[in-house]
Amino acid sequence: MRTKDKLGQRGEALAAGYLEGAGMRIIDRNWRCPVGEIDLVAVDGSTLVVVEVKTRSSVDYGHPLEAITPGKLERLYLLASKWARAHDLRFSGFRVDAVAIIDDGVSEPVIDHLRAVS
Amino acid sequence: MPLGRTYAVSLVGLNGYIVEVEADIGQTLPAFVLLGLPDASLSEAKERIRAAARNAGLPLTRRKITVNLIPASLPKRGSAFDLAIVMSALAAAGDVRGCGSTIFIAELGLDGRLRPVQGVLPAVMSAVESGFTQIVVASDNAAEAALVPQAHVRGFGTLAEVALAFGADPAEVELPIMVDPAQHPAAARQMRDVLAVPKDMSDIAGQAEARLAVEVAAAGAHHLMMVGPPGAGKTMLAERIPGILPDLTDEQAMEVTAIHSLGNALSCSELQRRPPFESPHHTASAASIIGGGSGIPRPGAASRAHRGVLFLDEAPEYQRRILDALREPLENGELVLHRAAGTATYPARFQLVLAANPCPCGLASGKGTDCTCSPQQRRRYFDRMSGPLLDRVDLQLPVHRVSLSDFSSGTSAEDSATVAARVSAARAVQRERLGRWNLHTNAEVPGRLLQAELRLPRTVTVSLDKAMEQESLTKRGYDRVLKVAWSVADLDGRTSPGKGDVEAALAFRTQERAA
Repeated sequence: MRTKDKLGQRGEALAAGYLEGAGMRIIDRNWRCPVGEIDLVAVDGSTLVVVEVKTRSSVDYGHPLEAITPGKLERLYLLASKWARAHDLRFSGFRVDAVAIIDDGVSEPVIDHLRAVS
Repeated sequence: MPLGRTYAVSLVGLNGYIVEVEADIGQTLPAFVLLGLPDASLSEAKERIRAAARNAGLPLTRRKITVNLIPASLPKRGSAFDLAIVMSALAAAGDVRGCGSTIFIAELGLDGRLRPVQGVLPAVMSAVESGFTQIVVASDNAAEAALVPQAHVRGFGTLAEVALAFGADPAEVELPIMVDPAQHPAAARQMRDVLAVPKDMSDIAGQAEARLAVEVAAAGAHHLMMVGPPGAGKTMLAERIPGILPDLTDEQAMEVTAIHSLGNALSCSELQRRPPFESPHHTASAASIIGGGSGIPRPGAASRAHRGVLFLDEAPEYQRRILDALREPLENGELVLHRAAGTATYPARFQLVLAANPCPCGLASGKGTDCTCSPQQRRRYFDRMSGPLLDRVDLQLPVHRVSLSDFSSGTSAEDSATVAARVSAARAVQRERLGRWNLHTNAEVPGRLLQAELRLPRTVTVSLDKAMEQESLTKRGYDRVLKVAWSVADLDGRTSPGKGDVEAALAFRTQERAA
């Protein structure tokens, strides 16, 4: 496995733990369909939350949040409804959250959670 | 509430408008939105600001920053808003505080250095008029901003220093060791030229009549036209007029320095006390002389000559519409320039000095036997200067070539300082006499005053009356001669013009009709 994928997986695990600590329930991970992939699917109350997790080992090439483009956000919205339809579940609403993690592997990772980013 | 507020100044011409800079931080993905009609160079501020803030050790928040420039309807241009925007954003993030009543005027370099901008003096003047006395500028602009009385000016070299002054955490801020960029010797030289000592009257050999005319023109602030063959010394004379004009008053110096500040990125550190001298070439465009350009119109040579001398050499060669456009400032002392992006008003109360050859080939003086121009050519040459323009020129003076005897006589001519002292005394007399009508110079005196309070006895004006009876002089010309006569008398220290003064003044007029 490549280093960057390992970093990504570690980040997603950290994010999942963080979100559960914040009272959300993780119900799916790395769900794929032809349109794209959802890192984490969570439920916050009766809202379906699609979470994009970006992990970087440093900010040398920009902050992870800066790597989330408007096009990506749009796709995540689409994926949220696709996920709901695929699992035949109904929610009061959809939301896209972003979690940025800076983890240099030495010091404590920095987690930055943004709700409803769009 | 994550809201930051600072103030900046938007200049439209010489008028500054206070711009409120609000910054809001939204809890969403990083973005920088700049609202409030920024132009292209102001929109680029977003990129400059992010880099500058990061390099100052105060990176902008990884959230959406929305900056609004109020009033949103006023078009804003240039890079002078950089510092106000970044301070507003930092205040919204809680990195700095207490900047809510301060005006920030500076451009940011990517390294976080504060760079000087144009027009700091008029901007600070407007700020103080609007009640903002706390001003922060780049250190290179500090001396210029401090020229405004009552302004509490602080100059800083870098964004980091500004942030520290407004309560940023010293542990976070990086005070970079700045290597000064190479000084621009060319720019420094230019500035020296502007402040150079004017040329001296003692350089002029002979030309007693022309010297007198120039002195009278300077004393009464009369517009002057010199007609003579090439090489007679018209340009030399004109260049020496600023040197014999009195120093500018505080108020005038402020106006003049403010105009120069607009066109000069290089900061002026002191008020310009000497009257400016502008001599645009006759091929110059209307925009360069009158003012103009795209966006908010910029001042032209006529405004840069405010309170000084605007010299048009080879006056008939200028485009006619430029010469005619000068009639408005000659009348009102200001230029109002309308463009799509806005209207700018620049002061333009200059002393107009025109020089012209007697004909296109330039040889039709004296007997004029060498002249190769047809009468039609000669007429067309002078027709380019419209009557209404020439009408405003009080003194019309033929300048002849210097004869060998003048040149070799060896007696040194009076220097500018001596002449300037007389001019200055004459101006003082005028201010005292005309003060109660709120006038300053003889040139400004309206005709009705000359007919009423300042009326001269018949015995004095007898030669003038005769000239008018013979219909060689119009009513307006009559008034003009009287104004010049007052200036002649003021120079000689007489309380009122005598018969001789009126005749001397009439002589400057008669020659014009002969030409």
